Amino acid sequence: MSDVNLLEVTDLRKYFPIKSGILKRTTGQVYAVDGVSFSIREGETLGLVGESGCGKSTTGRVILRLLPATGGRVVFDGQDVMAAPRAVMQRLRRDMQVVFQDPYASLNPRQRVKDIVGEGLRIHQIGTEAERKKHVFELLETVGLTAEHAERYPHEFSGGQRQRIGVARALALNPRLIVCDEPVSALDVSIQAQMINLLDDLQDEFKLTYLFIAHDLSVVKHISDRVAVMYLGKVVEIATSADLYVRPRHPYTEALLSAVPIPDPHTERSRQRVVLEGDVPSPANPPSGCVFHPRCSRMRPDPCTGEMPPLVSVGDGDHMVACYFPTTYGSKGEAPAAPAGA
Amino acid sequence: MAERVLEVSDLSTHFFTHAGVVKAVNGVSFTLDRGESLGIVGESGSGKTVAALSLMRLIPDPPGKIVAGDIKLKGRDLLAMSEDEMREVRGNDIAMIFQDPMTSLNPVFKIGTQIAEAVTLHQGKSRWEAWKMAAELLEKVGIPDAASRVKQYPFEYSGGMRQRAMIAMAISCNPDILIADEPTTALDVTIQAQIIDVVREMQAQYDSAVILITHDLGVVAQLADKVMVMYGGRTMEYGPVDEVYYDAHQPYTWGLLSSLPRLDAVEKERLTPIKGQPPNLLLLPEGCPFVGRCAYEREQCREKFPDLEIVGPEHGVHCWIPRDERVALRAKLPKFRSGAA
Amino acid sequence: MTEPFTGDKITEDVAFPVREDDIEARADAMLDTAQFSVKPLGLWADTWRRLKRNKLAVVGLGIIIVFLIVGTVETLAWATGIHGGYIAPYNPNAVDYKLSPQGLGSSPSMSHPFGTDYLGRDIFSRVLVATRVSLLVGVIAVAIALAIGLSLGPVSGYYGGAIDSVIMRTADVFFAYPYILFVLLIMTVLGPGFRNVFIAIGILGWATYARLNRGSVLSVKAMEFVEAARAQGASDMRVIFRHVLPNTMAPVYVAIAMGIGGAIVTEAALSFLGIGIQPPNASWGKMISDYLSYLWAGSWWMETFPSIALVATVFGFISFGNGLRDATDPKLKE
Repeated sequence: MSDVNLLEVTDLRKYFPIKSGILKRTTGQVYAVDGVSFSIREGETLGLVGESGCGKSTTGRVILRLLPATGGRVVFDGQDVMAAPRAVMQRLRRDMQVVFQDPYASLNPRQRVKDIVGEGLRIHQIGTEAERKKHVFELLETVGLTAEHAERYPHEFSGGQRQRIGVARALALNPRLIVCDEPVSALDVSIQAQMINLLDDLQDEFKLTYLFIAHDLSVVKHISDRVAVMYLGKVVEIATSADLYVRPRHPYTEALLSAVPIPDPHTERSRQRVVLEGDVPSPANPPSGCVFHPRCSRMRPDPCTGEMPPLVSVGDGDHMVACYFPTTYGSKGEAPAAPAGA
Repeated sequence: MAERVLEVSDLSTHFFTHAGVVKAVNGVSFTLDRGESLGIVGESGSGKTVAALSLMRLIPDPPGKIVAGDIKLKGRDLLAMSEDEMREVRGNDIAMIFQDPMTSLNPVFKIGTQIAEAVTLHQGKSRWEAWKMAAELLEKVGIPDAASRVKQYPFEYSGGMRQRAMIAMAISCNPDILIADEPTTALDVTIQAQIIDVVREMQAQYDSAVILITHDLGVVAQLADKVMVMYGGRTMEYGPVDEVYYDAHQPYTWGLLSSLPRLDAVEKERLTPIKGQPPNLLLLPEGCPFVGRCAYEREQCREKFPDLEIVGPEHGVHCWIPRDERVALRAKLPKFRSGAA
Repeated sequence: MTEPFTGDKITEDVAFPVREDDIEARADAMLDTAQFSVKPLGLWADTWRRLKRNKLAVVGLGIIIVFLIVGTVETLAWATGIHGGYIAPYNPNAVDYKLSPQGLGSSPSMSHPFGTDYLGRDIFSRVLVATRVSLLVGVIAVAIALAIGLSLGPVSGYYGGAIDSVIMRTADVFFAYPYILFVLLIMTVLGPGFRNVFIAIGILGWATYARLNRGSVLSVKAMEFVEAARAQGASDMRVIFRHVLPNTMAPVYVAIAMGIGGAIVTEAALSFLGIGIQPPNASWGKMISDYLSYLWAGSWWMETFPSIALVATVFGFISFGNGLRDATDPKLKE
């Protein structure tokens, strides 16, 4: 893993207008992504985690410029993605690829596998017909399929196999960054592990950088170097994988961690659980001040209802939190002192 | 000795399609006592949902049919009942919660109406009383401001709230058995935790037995007393939760437990996946459905499905590998090396 | 490239092998699995099975096949000039007064199964040769309508906004106008004749296909494989015509069947009114018009047989179209 930031996201915003009435006037905004900042080093895997409505998938799409941003900057390898003219963008597309969630909807049912995987090569006019064919076969082999599978159609494959085809497609243009948008959520448990191992191996083999978007914390923890937790369009905590799970500082992160079921009866029985009250507010109508304050046990009207706390570094090293009362840990990392404001 | 509420023996449900026979459930047996919770764990194609629907006799006929087996609810033979008698049972003695609360609640009726319907149908209460009960139930399942919420429509509820409303409907007639089919799969993890708490509380309050159908081994560890692992329509292993998780005897169970990334893992270890693909139910092999994916299979496994072998207190497994050999093989797996996790 | 991933290779064959002829249908079924709201065409095998139960549709298909064969044969003959440009027992334009003693033709007989008309021309031959006209009009008119409709529809649906509004409102205009009147108007402007008929019908028919198609486009464009294509750098045109359009064809097939039937009838109407096909070309509509007065004179065969041909053909297309629609509707219980 190098020290160079391959991807830098600064204050990214994406708002969707809500239109209603006969004249389709814009009556409100959905603040899907509301000031998100993070960076990913080359060769690293950053996990982006959060529940539905937090904006993680939208963030992924905006970074890839599949959706136009409402504000903010995305810099890939020193290049401004948002402002890139078409020719530059075409070049950038080869470096930034994506693996989608739904193995059924992410492959064109009317294209043969070889065409699906090789389309990128055709679009960018890379190599001759023969070279492309060979490359496609190699890609299929890399993801654990065979050359025979190239002539088939997607519906002849199972979900896990289809995801592999999706991965092969993402690898075709030799990207440096792959945005994985919930790549294992739709797969059976016994297939998920295959996929996770595959992604891990590919990262080593091809020196890939991943932005791994998912809601399953166990999977994210396993595969990521660092994890960013999102809530209602904002990043509330970023830390290394290990640190986040051992020393979570944001109250939402704590609640999230304690809510994840662990397949171990003894552990489950002896766990401390933090159960959140209420539902996630709608991103069309986010709370004022800190977006989490209505559900927070350590909330104090001042300053929590005033302004959203900024994302700042705490402790030593990589850990960042957006909270006025983050949990603090002793210098040796032992159990937290009573959380401020509890 | 707790009262035996449900006894299922050798249940088989097949679907007769023009493409072939799908043996969705194939010789499944289990029992349930009052207040107990059973987790039925399986992936897609395991037959777990079909098994639950068979209990309620909600299998569409054609193309499905319960072809064999016995289902006894507190001694009464469910398969011998007429449709009218069965209607009495559904919602009243056995209630079900489904996965997607959006499509299982009727969008054009108020929540109160839907809950009240179940009550008036089975308990003969007046509409006024039924609505009062509906509001009380909503409060019990933790819906804030229940008195006014009861008059709202499903679209005005969030996903978690709809699921609570479903639970309220299900417990309204004090059922002996509550079947929850993937009740938390469509929900966010923090809401999931809330719902599991609600189910647990309702179970305690009403002393119902719960059948929890899920693919999530973590949820089962949280909620279930017993667990049954299904694959390709068959029971592979069943037993008390501790037995199955810590003393698993079936290679499929080993595979499942080994392939899960753990939140509390200290170091990143490479996952041990199960090779191969989930079974194609139209082309199920003779013998054990896990053939082709099992790392330890032998000739016998292809020919006949293994008989039941009791390996611990109320702990049964279906596997041809001799017990000693099994224990030795298991000891080599990283997950089981240290005994209890 | 370094060695391939060895974790767990998939060495066995695909999970669900299918036959070649099942491909199209399975593709649609897969879209259906993806919670896709457009009615898929379903499994061809399954569709055929359901279609077979609909006796009317099967009969319709039979008629269509006969029609296509006769029409194609006649068109080829006309195009290549073999055998005088027609394949029939007699020359359809051969006048023979002996066969029409009182100028009222002769009734059906062994040598002339459909009888002869007032000029002694064999009606059976005329009906056969006129099939060519109906086929050409049906196919070409629909082809023109499809070409326009399937260009504008996807573009409209994909871009949305102002483009969508403009195109759809234009389509609305075409829908609002009474079809026959509109066709008559165009024909009056263009003048009568073979070529102008199918231009007129074609140009006015695009709106149906565009609108039908646009609905599906709205659903398909949100699918992940479309996003994937864009992420690979595909241009808008490529995305629209290579990815979106092929997956929106399901309801269009039914419309095509109905459309051909409709075009044939429209042509017949135009010819009946005298502004369609001009002599010496034979068209069923023209024949129906020419022979009408002879009906009262008692020579029923002249009017009857071309009418039957027309009705049967159109009925065939409509029945088949209906059957196809029912057979591909996944919600219709069997």
